[in-house]
Amino acid sequence: MRLLVSHETVYRFDPPMKGVVQSHRLTPSQFEGQTVIDWSVEVEGATRGAAFRDGAGDWVETVSLLGPVEEVRVIVKGTVETVDLAGVLRGHRETVPPEAYLRPTHATWPDAAVKVLAEEALEGVAQDEILSRAHALAKAVSEAIEYTPGETEATTTAAEALALGRGVCQDHTHALIAVAQASDIPARYVTGYLESGNDGAAHEASHAWAELFVAGLGWIGFDAANKCCPDARYVRLGSGHDAQGAAPIRGVASGMGIEAMEVDVSVVDGDRAAGQSQTQQ
Amino acid sequence: MYDGSDVRPPYRGLEGWSRDMPSELKAMKQSEAEALFRRIGITFAVYGEGGSPDRLIPFDMFPRVFSADEWHRLERGIKQRARALNAFLVDVYGRGEIVKAGRIPGRLVYQNEAYETAVCGFVPPKGVYSHIVGIDLVRTGPDEFFVLEDNCRTPSGVSYMLENREIMMRMFPQLFQHNRIAPVENYPGLLRRTLASVAPRKCEGEPRVVILTPGHYNSAYYEHSFLADMMGVELVEGADLFVEGDYCWMRTTEGPKRVDVIYRRIDDAFIDPLCFRPDSMLGVAGLMNVYRSGGVTICSAPGAGVADDKAIYTFVPEMVRFYLGEEPILNNVPTWQCAKSDDCKYVLEHLPELVVKEVHGSGGYGMLVGPKADRSTIDIFAEKIREKPWNYIAQPTLALSTCPTFVDEGIAPRHVDLRPYCLVGEQIELVPGGLTRVALKEGSLVVNSSQGGGVKDTWVMAE
Repeated sequence: MRLLVSHETVYRFDPPMKGVVQSHRLTPSQFEGQTVIDWSVEVEGATRGAAFRDGAGDWVETVSLLGPVEEVRVIVKGTVETVDLAGVLRGHRETVPPEAYLRPTHATWPDAAVKVLAEEALEGVAQDEILSRAHALAKAVSEAIEYTPGETEATTTAAEALALGRGVCQDHTHALIAVAQASDIPARYVTGYLESGNDGAAHEASHAWAELFVAGLGWIGFDAANKCCPDARYVRLGSGHDAQGAAPIRGVASGMGIEAMEVDVSVVDGDRAAGQSQTQQ
Repeated sequence: MYDGSDVRPPYRGLEGWSRDMPSELKAMKQSEAEALFRRIGITFAVYGEGGSPDRLIPFDMFPRVFSADEWHRLERGIKQRARALNAFLVDVYGRGEIVKAGRIPGRLVYQNEAYETAVCGFVPPKGVYSHIVGIDLVRTGPDEFFVLEDNCRTPSGVSYMLENREIMMRMFPQLFQHNRIAPVENYPGLLRRTLASVAPRKCEGEPRVVILTPGHYNSAYYEHSFLADMMGVELVEGADLFVEGDYCWMRTTEGPKRVDVIYRRIDDAFIDPLCFRPDSMLGVAGLMNVYRSGGVTICSAPGAGVADDKAIYTFVPEMVRFYLGEEPILNNVPTWQCAKSDDCKYVLEHLPELVVKEVHGSGGYGMLVGPKADRSTIDIFAEKIREKPWNYIAQPTLALSTCPTFVDEGIAPRHVDLRPYCLVGEQIELVPGGLTRVALKEGSLVVNSSQGGGVKDTWVMAE
């Protein structure tokens, strides 16, 4: 599948800031499931630098703007050719040991309810069937949290979202990481894009899902919000221990201004778009 | 000091001095020393003990002395340990051979709070994570030293080593004429050379070194400014630095100056709000990205703390064997890990004989000294251990060596420990000496200044 991604994030500051520094994880991962045809990340007026590939395999870049900064506009555009690997992150180079993803963060901390959910989900599933256990946990989280925008916040934890029973993809992902880690399965937060098409299901083009580590197979994606594993409709950007660590854009602004943010994302199936344009000839 | 009734050779030069000193002179000198410390302003608390930054730590004038031979063996042991700790850090952020070989449980390393996935796959310049290794030692016999703990992040107290010597030389110049004492005053120069030797890949020309302090509210601020002064480098706070392009810059009245090596005295979590705690006001936004891409060196390297964790400590002798293929020269104190059920059982049965510590504790707090504790204190502690066994380790109470110390009644033995400061860069250096802490209360084994401890000058006799 050929996916056309357009992702624009605008930060406005009032009064203007003295300076802004951002760390970007905005470049698609390198693995067998996706090939970048073209890709650009642009921030007008910014100095770029300090770029490197981190231990998790993500390409990280730094941008800085000297003040007065009224607005930062991050424009991401590109085309990615994807294939369906049933969620398996095949051919991805990284050096972080999977065991390091067993340690919870504040956002993924397992409370008693998390542990109970994990135990119930795994009842009757064999100890050594890690893949089946991962599927069972993802299913349990899908059922425990109803997709409902506007009910949770960026700071909502896995335990809070599970107690509430409602949330968005970030909450599903944190909850899945929490139950997986509680079951001794390494798990992490993944960000990327999703081509949602017109199938009517609840989606967000700027998306997040979890990866669980299954010995023998490696990292496997689970999208509990959409009750599936990532396929050719997904573009993977990067990962972290939780939403904060994996954030595609992390920034710090110095000054006293109030920040407002707008995000506009579209992910289009390039083949279908081409097909539509032909019918208009 | 004594070997039976004889004075041990290294102390011979001090016997007459201490015996012949009239008590009035002693009292006068003691208050002179105190006045000097006050005037210099060296009043900070050591070892992250917190407390008032204005508190003066008692200084005992009776030096602790090592012979050249004793020191030579210690020096080899300390350098060996510093090499192994650094090899371990490079390994666990790289291929993890020691875990794969089954010599250290992966859980203890990779799920450790101090393990930073943000530096996985990165080898710092010259393969050094811990540039200043402070190794806390106690002596239990003529040739027997034990390591109490390793400090691989930012060990403090070195300014005491330097000031104690300075004050002794001012007050008793004749002692330094009659005894051949190895100098320690070249430490700041060696520290600077060590830091410059780990300049980052992208550095051009003479590396610019700075010390990054959390500010004057920090209990060790005195030491930060003292070291900056002695090394002739800038002392900066996070707000003085910024990231632009591939580098980190320092704001100066003559415009921005590129910074190559940062000796940071702030914790990992505060280094960079874009990588660690987003609410950190002490760090520099984007610094970790500059570090990872070779634009600046951070000393000690972020993530170094995993090597000095109390749960990892048990395995340091194993690191020496694994990485260096040598037998450890310095021994660990035998340690029981309450996380292991057999160990925990033993500990609970032998609490009155043991010292129990929290895995992440410091400064002598949250600690049980079995032989000194009453029944109810022991019972309360046993309950705590049962609740969170993984949070505790236990060690036997050691027959710590003593050193002559001036007390109200004259001169009496008091227990001491030692922290030497090993510098690791292109080369490994150790100045002959360190910080000797002394438990001033009779019979006490706790040398922490927050609990009645003091400091002494430490002499290594030249050959």
